[in-house]
Amino acid sequence: MPDRLLILLGTKKGCFILEGDHARRSFALRGPYCEAWPISHVIADPATGTIFAGGGNAWFGPAVWKSEDLGVSWTHSSEGLAYEPGEEPIKSVWSLALAPEGTLYAGVEPAGLFASGDRGRSFRHVGGLRAHPSRTHWNPGGAGLILHAIVPHPSDPASLFVAISAAGVFATGDSGVTWEPRNRGTRADFAPEGQRYPEYGQCVHSLVMAAGRPGRLYQQNHCGMYRSDDSGLSWQSIEEGLPSSFGFPAAAHPRDPDTLFFVPLNGAMEGRYVPDGRAAVWRTQDGGAHWRALRRGLPQENAFLGVLRQAMATDTLTPAGVYFGSSSGELFASADEGESWSSIARHLPAIHSVETVFLPD
Amino acid sequence: MPEPAPLPGTVHISLPAALTALFPGAPRELELDAATVAEALAALDRRFPGMRDRLADSTPRIRRHINIFVDGERASLETPLAPGAEVLVMTAISGG
Repeated sequence: MPDRLLILLGTKKGCFILEGDHARRSFALRGPYCEAWPISHVIADPATGTIFAGGGNAWFGPAVWKSEDLGVSWTHSSEGLAYEPGEEPIKSVWSLALAPEGTLYAGVEPAGLFASGDRGRSFRHVGGLRAHPSRTHWNPGGAGLILHAIVPHPSDPASLFVAISAAGVFATGDSGVTWEPRNRGTRADFAPEGQRYPEYGQCVHSLVMAAGRPGRLYQQNHCGMYRSDDSGLSWQSIEEGLPSSFGFPAAAHPRDPDTLFFVPLNGAMEGRYVPDGRAAVWRTQDGGAHWRALRRGLPQENAFLGVLRQAMATDTLTPAGVYFGSSSGELFASADEGESWSSIARHLPAIHSVETVFLPD
Repeated sequence: MPEPAPLPGTVHISLPAALTALFPGAPRELELDAATVAEALAALDRRFPGMRDRLADSTPRIRRHINIFVDGERASLETPLAPGAEVLVMTAISGG
């Protein structure tokens, strides 16, 4: 079997998969999968090609879907994916992550974390997170009270970061038994003056780890762009030079810990479009000290598109590919680290998430 | 003295196509033994693992956009089923 590069899309109406040729110039689209359920996040295991899709259906509730034949056939499960009777039930699976030792994590709405030790057949509640004393103060953001990012440590299976809107970043070092907030230095501009740097309650939009440097995290936040070099114990603003510090997804380079991609939007209350109707991905190659707009091939007039928090990803090829999907259903791709772009799919449902997987021969 | 629990009798179940599409091999019509709607969902779950979760949440109650009618009357999980009852599971208006 030749090398295969798959772009995995979670959309408002199903999972879609694009398969690229070797040059990443042409892509074939297939789908929708998962019975056209709203799918928040789709990931794949690069070792086996197994695809997992998390979502929730207005009629039938939350589930994690699984395909072991690259999307041809699917099963679904929500066994164990439930809070105690009497608690607000789970509406949807928002985020997935596969830890290096094989645990599949699922983040859900209302915010909580579940783990599967049998590759998505059943789940157990990682209850320590919701047992944190701050939980009664967690407030929903615009999309609900969601656990939308799960960042496993690449070499320490007991260590994990999660991001909750709007509770902030939390970390565990003991496999989820205990958790602590990691938000020092990130702003909450929506709080009264004098209370804008709380211990928790920040509206983190996305959280990613730098390749090869597990202590380095980047986050896009309702109130700024940030970098941490100490596993989230402290955060520094890296928003200077950007046209707007508001947006949703940040995507880390697959090898260079100093390179990050971001799509700024015009502001929280200004429409959440790309600024001036001109689409651009902004890239830093020095950890956020400087930013540059990358526009070649992207629409530069009347482009009132937005990009949701999980809808940008890189691939692992050289040079790195970068992909982002719009909430108006268009997918853009760059095969040269963002220098030039092309539209590779349009007229799709709103794109919730973009991920890639490279399956070598 | 408390009322004795009703003995399960055979009831007739009708399932919506959108549900059976999620469970390969599941029929649209079937018969099973149950004394309440909750027991009927448990019996469905034994035959088609995971089906209860698609129809009821962890509260526990019937999902907001699922309607279950027993002999033409809208039901809850606690609704008793008489032998021969007609149980109709329907998807309500939802989506976007």
